Amino acid sequence: MAFEDTVDVNSSVHDVRDKAIEIFEDKGFPSKREEDWKYTSLKSILKHDYSVFPKQENAIEYNDVKKYFIHDIDSYKIIFIDGKYSSHLSQTTHDGIDICLMSSALSKPKYQLIIENYFNKVATKDGLSSLNTAFSKEGAYIHVPKNKLVQKPIQIIHFSTGNESALMLQPRNLIVVDENSHVQIIERHQSLTENPVLTNSVTEIFANKRAIVDYYKIQNDKQSASLIDNTFINQKRESHASVHTFSFGGKLTRNNLKFYQNGERIDSTLNGVTIIGDKQHVDHNTLVHHIEPNCESHQDYKGIFGDQSTGVFNGKVVVNKEAQKTNAFQSNNNILLSDKASINSKPQLEIFADDVKCSHGCTIGQLDESAMFYMRSRGIPEKEAKALLMFAFSNNVLNSVKIPEIKQRITKIIANKLGVNLGFDL
Amino acid sequence: MLEIKDLHASVEGKGILRGINLEVKAGEIHAIMGPNGSGKSTLASVIAGKDEYDVEKGQILLDGQDIEELSAEERAHKGVFLSFQYPIEIPGVSVTNFIKTAINANRKAKGLGDMPAKDMLKMIREKSELLEIDRKFLSRSLNEGFSGGEKKRNEIFQMAMLEPKLAILDETDSGLDIDALRIVANGVNKLKSKDNAVIVITHYQRLLDHIVPDFVHVLYNGRIVKTGTKELAHELEEKGYDWIKEEVEA
Repeated sequence: MAFEDTVDVNSSVHDVRDKAIEIFEDKGFPSKREEDWKYTSLKSILKHDYSVFPKQENAIEYNDVKKYFIHDIDSYKIIFIDGKYSSHLSQTTHDGIDICLMSSALSKPKYQLIIENYFNKVATKDGLSSLNTAFSKEGAYIHVPKNKLVQKPIQIIHFSTGNESALMLQPRNLIVVDENSHVQIIERHQSLTENPVLTNSVTEIFANKRAIVDYYKIQNDKQSASLIDNTFINQKRESHASVHTFSFGGKLTRNNLKFYQNGERIDSTLNGVTIIGDKQHVDHNTLVHHIEPNCESHQDYKGIFGDQSTGVFNGKVVVNKEAQKTNAFQSNNNILLSDKASINSKPQLEIFADDVKCSHGCTIGQLDESAMFYMRSRGIPEKEAKALLMFAFSNNVLNSVKIPEIKQRITKIIANKLGVNLGFDL
Repeated sequence: MLEIKDLHASVEGKGILRGINLEVKAGEIHAIMGPNGSGKSTLASVIAGKDEYDVEKGQILLDGQDIEELSAEERAHKGVFLSFQYPIEIPGVSVTNFIKTAINANRKAKGLGDMPAKDMLKMIREKSELLEIDRKFLSRSLNEGFSGGEKKRNEIFQMAMLEPKLAILDETDSGLDIDALRIVANGVNKLKSKDNAVIVITHYQRLLDHIVPDFVHVLYNGRIVKTGTKELAHELEEKGYDWIKEEVEA
């Protein structure tokens, strides 16, 4: 059906897609009856008549969208406009590493082996991921062979022009980082008009032995856009993987983030800052599966909810019986700025090993009034004082960002969102 | 400069200040002493404009203007400064950035632009030397992991930077060892001029050996029950507060 125009050289991908269609037909979109979707309803965003493949190719000028790039650093860029690759805005490479397109990886024989070994191997077979597996045509393909330090971060940006009245996108990213290699990736989805966009993205990441992967998701889209992000990370022994998710924009954002630790001495980090207002909704659904001994995981999610916004944090940690000496930490702290804002926070620990250190903590509170008075008594107006407190609250997570330009950008986005000018970088 | 007339204030319906009268003139240092729970910190917070207190009766006049309706930041812009008994930690915001933000907010309220970076640095250097503050200290997160003494010294550093008209020092001596006490008191004395005024709130007389008050007031049960000179502080140090209580209740 949808793929008559694409030729996958890899016949196994055909089979995978066929199966995925079956799964989606069987499961469909998740509903609130499912435990994992109890607090997030897709009803309101599914009512639009989305076009799945845009009728025309759309172009945009770099200068018009420069602000959505982290433009003050040298980087590789894989840029899409309405789901189609933009060679004009991108900067890819095949020089010792492959930073290119999913469509070429799926159609060219030289990538066949990697595709066979990794494509759809860690993504779960749920309805939404299967929908993506069935219909995705494009995305980023990154393969870093062993012993490579990728010198520049890679920016993956999906723009939507709004030339369709409503658009549904199914980006598909595959990132394979081989032994001893290191890569940093920044991902962003940005619509340029107020026309509704629904993105159902799947990213599979493989961090092989001693690999280091740092992934930053900047979610600051217009409030006409919604995002379902499905990210799956398979880690091998001694690898370090971190995902930072900064959620400030969008109408509805659901982050399904799943880590699988397949080896010893693995380190996984899941950090997030969510600051939303109006009627925005952000749902973080995380899983860390500790399968083997001597591994660590660290989760730190901060949320600030104003107006009538709603948040969900559902953090699941599974420790297999064999995974002795696991250290698993999870913390979720929230501030509600209004009576009408709400957060549902649910830690879920399933521990089958007996020699582990696992902790979780969840707090929900208001902005500290004494701290507000302290700052205001120094002449700092209420709005700025609030902003400083929110930065202070998010500080741990902001500080764990390894690329200073990203931290600066996040700080600026937050300051813009709060309508303050701090006059200094945090 | 400051005139408080028959001030009654409560928190959550509980009356704490029950008729305070106090006049502080430019150039003066006033000490307010009194037992725990007498309302000292409440008085400081009410003058500085903390929201959670309700002023039920009376007036606070600053240079003749009633400041009751002004927010805490507006009072700060008019030159009121409160050194906190328990300064607040603000992770991720350095001492320098915090004071820059405060100074520029005060300038903005006066219709001035940001202080030029060069002037700011010079002022920070001068004032930190005055309080014997290490450069490294200035880049630390505000109050985070500071010792009691460092917190108080940082309060007085902020006071030095903001150059308030009326400074209220709420138990600035608590948590200070003798060296820090000397440094802080020395700083306050150097900042003192004929144009500004200081209210020192303390339990103990020892700070008043260094910052010598013109007047000493005893606060008890939400009222100023006795006013004297620095000798009164010595008397309180020797005899405690019981005799005051007896006098009041007699």
